[in-house]
Amino acid sequence: MRMKTKLPFMMSLFAIASFVMLVLPLFLKNYGVYLMSYWLIFVLATIGLNLILGYAGLKSLGHAAFMGIAAYIVAMMMKEGINFWVAAPVAVIACFVVGWVIGYPALRVQMHYLAFATIGFNEVVALIFRNEEKYTGGTFGINNIARPSLFGYSLAGNLEFYYFILFVVVAIGLLTYFLVRSPWGKAFTALRDNQIRAESVGVNIQRYTLLAFATGSAIAGIAGCLLAPLVQYIEPTQFNSQTSILLYLMVVLGGSGYFWGPILGGIIGVLFPEWLRFAEGWYMLFFGLIVILLMVKLPNGLLSLPEIINQRKAAKEKAAAQAR
Amino acid sequence: MTDFIQLLVSGIATGTIYALAALGFTLLWQASGTINFATGEFVMVSAFLMLAGLGLGLPLWVSYLLALVLSTIILGYFFKRAIVDPLIRHGIMPVIVATIGLALVAKNTIRIGFGAQAQPFPQIFGGELFQFAGITVSYMEIGTIFLAWFIIFVLNLFLSKTVTGRAMQAVAQNTDSAVVLGINVNKMIFYTFAINAVLATTAALLVTPAYLAKFDMGVSLGMKAFLAAIIGGFNSSRGAMLGGLIVGICENLAGAYISAEYKEAVALVLFLLIILVKPNGLLGKAEQRKV
Amino acid sequence: MTNKVLEVVDLKKSYGAIQAVGGVSLEVREGEILGVIGPNGSGKTTLFNSMLGQIEPDSGKVLFKGEDITNLNPMLLNKKGVGRTFQTLQVFGKMTVRDNLIVAGQEHVDSMMKRLFKSPDCDMGQRADDLIETFRLGHVANLPAGSLSYGQQKLVDIAMAFMSKPSLVLLDEPCAGVNPSLVSGLSSLLKEMNKKQGGSFVVIEHNMDFVMDLCHRIVVMVEGKVLAEGLPAEIRANKEVLEAYLGS
Repeated sequence: MRMKTKLPFMMSLFAIASFVMLVLPLFLKNYGVYLMSYWLIFVLATIGLNLILGYAGLKSLGHAAFMGIAAYIVAMMMKEGINFWVAAPVAVIACFVVGWVIGYPALRVQMHYLAFATIGFNEVVALIFRNEEKYTGGTFGINNIARPSLFGYSLAGNLEFYYFILFVVVAIGLLTYFLVRSPWGKAFTALRDNQIRAESVGVNIQRYTLLAFATGSAIAGIAGCLLAPLVQYIEPTQFNSQTSILLYLMVVLGGSGYFWGPILGGIIGVLFPEWLRFAEGWYMLFFGLIVILLMVKLPNGLLSLPEIINQRKAAKEKAAAQAR
Repeated sequence: MTDFIQLLVSGIATGTIYALAALGFTLLWQASGTINFATGEFVMVSAFLMLAGLGLGLPLWVSYLLALVLSTIILGYFFKRAIVDPLIRHGIMPVIVATIGLALVAKNTIRIGFGAQAQPFPQIFGGELFQFAGITVSYMEIGTIFLAWFIIFVLNLFLSKTVTGRAMQAVAQNTDSAVVLGINVNKMIFYTFAINAVLATTAALLVTPAYLAKFDMGVSLGMKAFLAAIIGGFNSSRGAMLGGLIVGICENLAGAYISAEYKEAVALVLFLLIILVKPNGLLGKAEQRKV
Repeated sequence: MTNKVLEVVDLKKSYGAIQAVGGVSLEVREGEILGVIGPNGSGKTTLFNSMLGQIEPDSGKVLFKGEDITNLNPMLLNKKGVGRTFQTLQVFGKMTVRDNLIVAGQEHVDSMMKRLFKSPDCDMGQRADDLIETFRLGHVANLPAGSLSYGQQKLVDIAMAFMSKPSLVLLDEPCAGVNPSLVSGLSSLLKEMNKKQGGSFVVIEHNMDFVMDLCHRIVVMVEGKVLAEGLPAEIRANKEVLEAYLGS
């Protein structure tokens, strides 16, 4: 984690965030609550991709496929009468396993080729969703997905489901925080920054790559499990490579490898476009321009701004010291 | 048998268009290390440039020439100066991401400017069919094949027979040596971008009559071009063209003999096989891994 | 009879028509600092990379403590107790200096699963701090390694090699790019590490003073073969070696 800001600032930020996340929805109408739920789910998926891309440096452009795999497994199993609380773990484990398997080609191909391969994977998955009509409903998708109940307490209401999603996202966020802070997190970063050096100090490149892929994909799977009952209707275009590209952009915009990046990325990539739906064309135009501008000026994302400012300051001080 | 040949001809026609787009994609990579995820959108924008010309009452061929000039300026010069030049030193991924952003900008600009409706586009060769040895083909298909391959042939002549062309090849193969030889690398790279714009515009001329002009027409075309380039060989011009043809032909055959839905799967399956077995493509050369 | 930590037996590696390493045999004894010198293009780096699993030799063997490690991948090699530095600087630029050191040692602690639940320092904190002190990197310990000067990054690179307490450390041109005034300090540092931690070192270097001062024994390579071998004083007096360097 790269935050060296002062404690009072952090505390007030935390207080505001808690207020916004916990209290604000009580004052919003259905659409507002739905929007925040939708945004949180994508923040979760982005947290998963940030692990794969930001921390382990693996260029995955097929992340939405895992959201889709989980969403479809949950939806299909619930249609067969299986309880959500059984279907969801199955879906998440499936995503972990598939992510692990996809990790193997990741070991063999480098960088941009991995990006290509993951796009291909995503397209294949979306194709299967589209074509296997008997199971997935084809292009018509699956509708009337019910929201689960927890210990008899129904989560069907928008507010109830929102708090459930919030709980899950915060929990996973915390777990991810500990993962990233642990020795595994350092191993991932070593893998990203300098694979050759990492190998020469004993980092098991194979194992960590597969772990990063599988874990990040499982997190996307959890997001998918939450998405299906939230929107209550899923169809293939929600999980195609366009969505994966958007997720990728969200990680990069927020700040690849920065812990809070996904939240920022989610606001720009999901919250705003949905909120500004009426101006969708203009917003996406604006969004595209932001992406280009950011790449030219701040290739490491918005959260790299403090670092860049510090570096500029340090360079100026160094130059001034040398001039004396 | 006649069905098969007809499908083959259609496949070659479609494949040729993919080849044009894939070729542009590969040339950019070879000359400047740019991976352009807005390849499809370049074709789309060119199509709308021509549409604008037609809207002003200009004949098609004039619109085409005008679009060639404009796309060279916008998609060639400005693209290079504003996006590629500042970013290329940060590595490949920032360029990829920026071109993704560019694709969004292009799609939405056109959508706002021209609306979301698909618009018709005139056929240059006319839509009639003719019979030849028992096979029915359209003038459009034959015309596409001839025009596209003519352009590729001219391009090949340019690259291998002219001084500028050979200089461009030198830059693509080994930039450092090219600099030592006194070649203006920057200019040569610009010429590559210009050629890419020409290929995109030509592809637009040939594909839009069938696809219809729409702001999102570039999405699937771009994906196909991308798959074709990888299959044939990402760092080989011949490879890109071969890839395009393979995708076009296989798609057509699969669509008829297997099923319409799995038509899309063909390109993907080939793509995944290549990526896993021979990542540099059928005709590609291995890229060195830097220690 | 001193133990042989490393034994290279008739190693050969060719690149097409060029024979980079043409049948080299050498040994490294326990606790010694061995220098490998030779003019540019003599095959030193190819030899190193072949010994360290980075390149596959055409023929020959490499034995570490009697065990055949030819072609063993770098990660497994490190787990067995071999550390190295790189000629082209290789540190983890975005991590702090201290974290660089911790990563360099952490993979030897317990099992992968157990490491997930350990603190960020992974029991390597004290060792990292000790090395930071020895290498005098205290004032930059919490800065990103990529922001340091070249010489400082070199020190980080070397310190990283020692984190896992390897029995054998291979140093590839540790003085390259380092300020001349710091070279003697580097030599003392390495002598100190050799005494404190034990283990054997193999050093490729061009800087003669450094090599003569630091190494217990020296091997001279010319055109892919061993030309001479012996104590620094012997090598310095060897006519053939002088000729190889000055040309005929």
